[in-house]
Amino acid sequence: MEVGQLQRSFVEYMASLFREGFLDGQFSQLQQLQDDSNPEFVVEVVSLFFEDSERLLNDLTMALDQPNVDFKQVDAHVHQLKGSSSSVGAQRVKNCCVLFRNCCEEQNTEACLRCLQQIKQEYLLVKNKLQTLFELEQQIVAAGGAIPMVQ
Amino acid sequence: MNIGSGSVLSSTGSWKSGDVVPDQFPVGLRVLVVDDDPTCLKILEKMLKNCHYEVTKCNRAEVALSHLRENKNGFDIVISDVHMPDMDGFKLLEHIGLEMDLPVIMMSADDSKDVVMKGVTHGAYDYLIKPVRIEALKNIWQHVVRKKKHEWRDNNFDQSGSVEEGDRQQKQSEDVDYSSSANEGNWKNSKKRKEEDDEGEERDDTSSLKKPRVVWSVELHQQFVQAVHQLGIDKAVPKKILELMNVPGLTRENVASHLQKYRLYLRRLSGVSQHQNGLNNSFMGRPDATFGTISSLNGLDLQAIAAAGQIPAQSLATLQAAALGRSASKSAISMPLVDQRNLFSFENSQVRFPEGQQQLNNSNKQIDLLHGIPTTMEPKQLANLHHPSQSFMGMNMQVNNSMAQHNNSVIMRMSQSQPRAQMLSGANNGSQISRLPFSRQQSLSSEGIPGVVLAQSRTVDNARASVYNPVSQASSMVDFSVNQSKDLQNYNFSLGSNSAGMSTLTNRGMLQEEVNSDIKGSRGFPSNYDIFNDLHQQPKPQNWGLQNVGSSFDSSHHPSIQGSQGVPSQLLMQQGISSTHNNGQNRNGPIGKPMYTNGEESGHTNLMGGPQLNSVSRNTLAVKAERFLDADYQSTNFPEQFGQDDLMSAFLKQQGSVGPVETEFGFDGYTLDNLPV
Repeated sequence: MEVGQLQRSFVEYMASLFREGFLDGQFSQLQQLQDDSNPEFVVEVVSLFFEDSERLLNDLTMALDQPNVDFKQVDAHVHQLKGSSSSVGAQRVKNCCVLFRNCCEEQNTEACLRCLQQIKQEYLLVKNKLQTLFELEQQIVAAGGAIPMVQ
Repeated sequence: MNIGSGSVLSSTGSWKSGDVVPDQFPVGLRVLVVDDDPTCLKILEKMLKNCHYEVTKCNRAEVALSHLRENKNGFDIVISDVHMPDMDGFKLLEHIGLEMDLPVIMMSADDSKDVVMKGVTHGAYDYLIKPVRIEALKNIWQHVVRKKKHEWRDNNFDQSGSVEEGDRQQKQSEDVDYSSSANEGNWKNSKKRKEEDDEGEERDDTSSLKKPRVVWSVELHQQFVQAVHQLGIDKAVPKKILELMNVPGLTRENVASHLQKYRLYLRRLSGVSQHQNGLNNSFMGRPDATFGTISSLNGLDLQAIAAAGQIPAQSLATLQAAALGRSASKSAISMPLVDQRNLFSFENSQVRFPEGQQQLNNSNKQIDLLHGIPTTMEPKQLANLHHPSQSFMGMNMQVNNSMAQHNNSVIMRMSQSQPRAQMLSGANNGSQISRLPFSRQQSLSSEGIPGVVLAQSRTVDNARASVYNPVSQASSMVDFSVNQSKDLQNYNFSLGSNSAGMSTLTNRGMLQEEVNSDIKGSRGFPSNYDIFNDLHQQPKPQNWGLQNVGSSFDSSHHPSIQGSQGVPSQLLMQQGISSTHNNGQNRNGPIGKPMYTNGEESGHTNLMGGPQLNSVSRNTLAVKAERFLDADYQSTNFPEQFGQDDLMSAFLKQQGSVGPVETEFGFDGYTLDNLPV
């Protein structure tokens, strides 16, 4: 595919992610932070986010699997996930965390389990999207083009 | 390119760490970022770098603290997350504030009002909500400038209370206020001005000014507490403290601000008792009364005494003497414990209890006396108590302030042999304790305590640390008595007073030890501990009450404490230290539990015989518990090893074993309720 096309796809894809709420302004901040001194910044940060989130989701699954659920612990995990998802701009994941915390407060295991399911789904979605985005970037660069700045 | 101002070149070029070029400020601002979330940490790092700051990132609070400690002047500002697994962000904030005096910015995804408020009350310079935007970080330099300006101003003016810059400044101002009475009023001005003048210009420019930050190491803090005790909390002014400490490089200003924190800490410890006694900032004042050292005899009495607080030393002394007389045996213990605390803290040695009167413990009457207090204890008597034989050594039995002090001293004396611990528990509220340690230390080989003491000082969360010291000291004292948790009991009574939450701890520890063993010297404690021994023999409940408190502390410290005792004391100590840990121990009642358990056991030589202790301990424990709670000590340094849970369980266990406090010591299971809290 030629560079121009790739770049257009990229821009469009990015716009759709914002439009659909997968990403928010914070992601743009990350993009703006990226510079020549750190050209892979966004990818690095997002990779960290993936690692961290998966660990947290595992912890959450285990915590909710206990006979006596420690809601404080669950809440702590969710809080952390909320923090990191909001920092990378994964808006939908963050919103799920907010709902999840409410369930924790109510100490409603069932509701928490549902929230967990939803968060996992949202997480996988956004992960997928971002990976697609990065692949597009790589393709552009491979084709000799520059990655367009999507505002 | 050739630029006129060299500084421009250097700054834009490669500014090295620690090199903040004034006119390029805030470029090069050295920021330490602490967050357990790796994603956020990385983002923050990049943002800060983009702001041209020098960034160091940490994902653990402990690591951050050691960074800061190793590199005293290596950072200008700290940004920390609130929720971290290894340490609460606010705790870190406190540590930094106390040790390094750097501006700290808190961060969290949590934007609920109470959390933000917590940040404010803990002295955070700002609170950022995640996700943090670079714009928010760009302006953090303002906090550094503001702080420096305020400090500078404060130094040069009469404490014009720069309230805004966080606690430190306020503390300094407050400190000044307090110290003014002690003619330290312008210490800030005088001292600071000199220092500041040089930096003044810099300040004006950039606030790249860095004041050398003093690290209050355990040793240093101990020296500080010792000096304070020597001077007497009331008279402890920075200048004198500085002189006593004789530490090169330490400024009066450093001492003053540390004193400020220490006082706050003590105040916190004493909690209610403080109010009661109207102590303001003086450690000693309060606890003494509350501890009703003498009342340690009855435990209950202590409270009464404490309430009376104002029992003249003499009365206390006499009471104690009487009590001591009765107990003949270790009763004195109770006194000592209490006294110790008081003694140490008070400079007046009125409370020199007639030595040996071990009677402290024994008779209820004595306790009553205590209540009523003003018996005719004469300083001389007290002095007797002190008696050299008692190894209180440093315990200046002098009870300076309220009776409690006296009581303490009397107790001390009386017990001569008795566990000084009593003293600790009684009278002093925290302050005493601190004193004890020092004095004790001298005499005591501080076996085992040193560690404790150190730990305490380390934590220095606020003055608390100092309090701890005493405890440890007490413990050392107690160790002498070696025996057994009885000492704890002794200490307990000191607890009664609430005020000395901490002090009680120490006292207790000490007392117990003393009580239990023949105190004398098991550790080297002077014969004072004999009293305790005596006490053991005689059922003197009263003393124990307080003592228990104290002893409990000691027990923990002193391994010598047998069995349970040992544990309790430790627990107690722990409790004391963790102040907040005591759960469920209310002053008046249940305190005894934890503490005494030590005593009860068995081995203890008369002192607080287990059972007796129980009742007493209960009270004391309660007191202690309260104390701790009051203290809300977060001192981490303190051997939190014990952990509250451990302590609690330990106590409870012991409690059980202890059984009803017998009155071998004459404990009537007085409750701390009586103690006027």
